[in-house]
Amino acid sequence: MSLLSLRDVRVQFNTAGGVVRAVNGVSLDLAVGETLGLVGESGCGKSTLGKAIMKLVPVAGGEIVVEGVDIAPLNREQLTEMRRKVQMIFQDPYGSLNPRSTVGRSVAQPLVLAGWKADATAERVETLLRWVGLPSDAKQRYPHEFSGGQRQRIGIARALALSPKLIICDEPVSALDVSVRAQVINLLEDLKSQFGVSYLFISHDLSVVEHIADRVAVMYLGMLFEIGGRDQIWKSPQHPYTKALLAAAPIANPKLARARQRTVLQGELPSPLNPPPGCPFNSRCPMAQDRCRVEKPVLRPVSNGAQAACHFV
Amino acid sequence: MGGSALPLEITDLRTTLFTRRGEMKAVDGLSLTVGAGETVALVGESGCGKSLSALSIMRLLPDPPARIVGGQVKLNGRDIVPLPEETMLGIRGKEIGMIFQDPLSSLNPVATVEKQIVEVLMTHTELGRGQARVRAHELLELVGMPDAARRLDAYPHQLSGGMCQRVIIAMAIACSPSVLIADEPTTALDVTVQAQVLALLKKLQADAGMAMIFITHDLGVVAETADRVVVMYAGRKVEEASVDELFESPLHPYTVGLIGATPTPGAARAERLADIPGMVPPLNALPQGCAFAPRCKRVMDRCLTEKPNLTVPGAGRLVACFAAEGG
Repeated sequence: MSLLSLRDVRVQFNTAGGVVRAVNGVSLDLAVGETLGLVGESGCGKSTLGKAIMKLVPVAGGEIVVEGVDIAPLNREQLTEMRRKVQMIFQDPYGSLNPRSTVGRSVAQPLVLAGWKADATAERVETLLRWVGLPSDAKQRYPHEFSGGQRQRIGIARALALSPKLIICDEPVSALDVSVRAQVINLLEDLKSQFGVSYLFISHDLSVVEHIADRVAVMYLGMLFEIGGRDQIWKSPQHPYTKALLAAAPIANPKLARARQRTVLQGELPSPLNPPPGCPFNSRCPMAQDRCRVEKPVLRPVSNGAQAACHFV
Repeated sequence: MGGSALPLEITDLRTTLFTRRGEMKAVDGLSLTVGAGETVALVGESGCGKSLSALSIMRLLPDPPARIVGGQVKLNGRDIVPLPEETMLGIRGKEIGMIFQDPLSSLNPVATVEKQIVEVLMTHTELGRGQARVRAHELLELVGMPDAARRLDAYPHQLSGGMCQRVIIAMAIACSPSVLIADEPTTALDVTVQAQVLALLKKLQADAGMAMIFITHDLGVVAETADRVVVMYAGRKVEEASVDELFESPLHPYTVGLIGATPTPGAARAERLADIPGMVPPLNALPQGCAFAPRCKRVMDRCLTEKPNLTVPGAGRLVACFAAEGG
């Protein structure tokens, strides 16, 4: 059984300009102990999908199944139970911590809400802070006294409090400096091997995702374009968008950077208010044909062992 | 250009922040030259002084609290540090172009694209309004603006981040400056648009032979764009090398750390990233010796009391580290 199973998930927002289909029928599975990287450019719906799983945005359709339980019909109490299993960390740890609450209280909050006794809570907070590499006196201090990397550790400690099975990481290292980013990535990997927690790792940074993910899902304008093993995707990407995305990512090695064939993708992301009919990538795709302008492709198995949504691979 | 001056030659530039908490040396003796057609990347983490270096070079420091307290910035042979602001107004945008990270906030929100480009042209050239408008259209075509003719009448908020950055680039190169300073020009852009903008900058630079300073924290972008790299830490240059040498054989432990902390494509999985412990120290609490000593794996007694100066470990290379000197 998958830890997380999404079937045809849809999220839409009504705006003054019309309906934005931020997530437009996404299906995927995440296994126990797995890190699934979710990549795409801004506006592709990756963060919205993460929030939909947490029920932080209204879901317009489809099924979100956590450990075999569809979360749509859950009442408040059952939802609290579900949220123990699934936690989230955010890009801006400062924005997700109460500035007037000590770090100890912030980390303890999920425990208090879950009905833990004071002694047990205090002990657990100590343990959590130690796990994420913060000094024990951190609990008396306030978020503003910490650097960005340390704040992200606080967010991770709080997410870990109730021993979740899955942590949704929404751009967790994007605001951090290179050296600190490596610290946080290493911490996430250590916690995974120690506790067997799974990650849905949402990021626009392909080099980070290549480093951390077991499998990778690529989104574009609300649709899932390709999903497969890390090596399948990186060594033989099938979808033209995946190819273009990987070709555009800078490589931190000047010789490799010069040697590679680089086809720069033309154009920009179309407005999500008015996506092209058929395949939403057809306006930029080098392979686009008439069929792509009328018929939306569906995800199906392709030659690299992954799945891709394109008529011509 | 036999015998004539380099486009940009910076000598011992010092910029200090005068704050209530005391004086902080944000740029502490930076020397740097950039030749025609050359791209020098200025790399480091937040607070290392790379952006304040750029603002110093352009004389755009927020004063107070920041002020240049020493050194020279020679632009085509002329030191611009002592020049009055009125003279700088004629130099910025003409001899030296600038591109910033956030394109939207560098544009005037209530003026059309055409008006903003025309203004630059009419300030710095003899072109009349009609000619300037024609030139503005040409410039937009040159920077690859999709549907350029129609975008002339657009306001910045009607354009995407990538398109705004193209407008900024058009304005920066409008007067064919000899030096272009790009401060994190692609950091706010999506990766496919970043690739477009980097390719555009490279092409424009090659065509016009501009000297370019490229400020970034992203080693991937450095590897893709730079000829030479200057690594900064806590306001000082700690290493300089050609891009190939820097990535192949970094000498300063900080450079080694930065490269180790950056995931490399195709690397074997399961390898931990080599992180650098701790974080960049605040400028008002720098250690007495080498600023990197508290985080350094190769720290020695001497590093704690004495600041290392730049030495020449090989042709075209510079490093400020006692350990790298000795070994």
